[in-house]
Amino acid sequence: MKRIIGAFVFILIFANTLYAREAQPYAEDPVVEARLLVLADELRCLVCQNESLASSRAELAEDLRREVRNLIRQGKTDAQIKFFLVERYGDFVLYRPEVKPITWILWFGPFLLLLIAVWSLWRYLCMRSDALLQHQQAKIEPLENSITPKD
Amino acid sequence: MTLKNKFLIPLVLFFILVGFLALGLNRDPHEIPSPLVNKPAPAFELPTLNDDKLFSPTDYKGKVWLLNVWATWCVSCRQEHPVLIALTQQHHIPVVGLSYKEIQPQETQLNQLPADQKLQLARQRSQLFLNQLGNPYVLSVMDMDGRVGIQYGVYGVPETYVIDQQGVIRYKHVGPVTPELIDKKLLPLLRQLEKT
Repeated sequence: MKRIIGAFVFILIFANTLYAREAQPYAEDPVVEARLLVLADELRCLVCQNESLASSRAELAEDLRREVRNLIRQGKTDAQIKFFLVERYGDFVLYRPEVKPITWILWFGPFLLLLIAVWSLWRYLCMRSDALLQHQQAKIEPLENSITPKD
Repeated sequence: MTLKNKFLIPLVLFFILVGFLALGLNRDPHEIPSPLVNKPAPAFELPTLNDDKLFSPTDYKGKVWLLNVWATWCVSCRQEHPVLIALTQQHHIPVVGLSYKEIQPQETQLNQLPADQKLQLARQRSQLFLNQLGNPYVLSVMDMDGRVGIQYGVYGVPETYVIDQQGVIRYKHVGPVTPELIDKKLLPLLRQLEKT
């Protein structure tokens, strides 16, 4: 009796493994998938705007990944694929927008601000040292005058 | 700058900052300007709600028309539906519907059906919706996998496009069409387009 129960328990415990299968690869083509991941990381999902196309679970992101996968299979370059999306959804899909006149302020604005800040700091320091010099001069002059021997 | 009005500098900077913030607050981050405006409407060929005869935007060359992206599962579409009906009743403007991904990916069981059965099901659902709420569309095309939607840069249903006689997209609106939008934007634009 004990043996039968033992066998039954054994079967119960390992019954699951009957359904076990070898892990399915994540995608049919790992090369395509690797490129997709790199590309999609640079692209913004339009539905959840703070997520990349790679990480978003939005339905549109799913569809766009499918589209990008197709384009990769067709042998399109990264630039061509990005252009495909920009053509339809605008520069907004790119996390790193292209450098062109309309994005100059975005790319160079911070450096311009830095330049202005450094320039005004320099101006301020110059002014301050000038003022200090004058102040000291004003203090020293009477002293100098008092030191100079009277003829 | 003289020493006298130096105290104004932070004040001016503050108002510039407030200006930027006010601008940011009053803009809808979901409204992304479409690069397709003033470009030819992407070509497609899709079966309609009623039959398998394919519709293509070139069929409407020479007309000013609206393309309205909708679906029965889309809540805002219900909200905009009476507005669209009123628009078509009061003005003779053809509105073509684009039924966008009527069968949703999360409907896993339905997605296992063969394509033609899925299409039939989508047609039934859409027809029921239009029977119940009225039909503003001259015709409606079935974009089952959302591919045409991607061509048009659709990212939130409902969306509405104004297409002119030459087949050029002249305006795009994301979100439900409202009576204000019709009066302030759509009608003036449509009148102007129809004159040319």
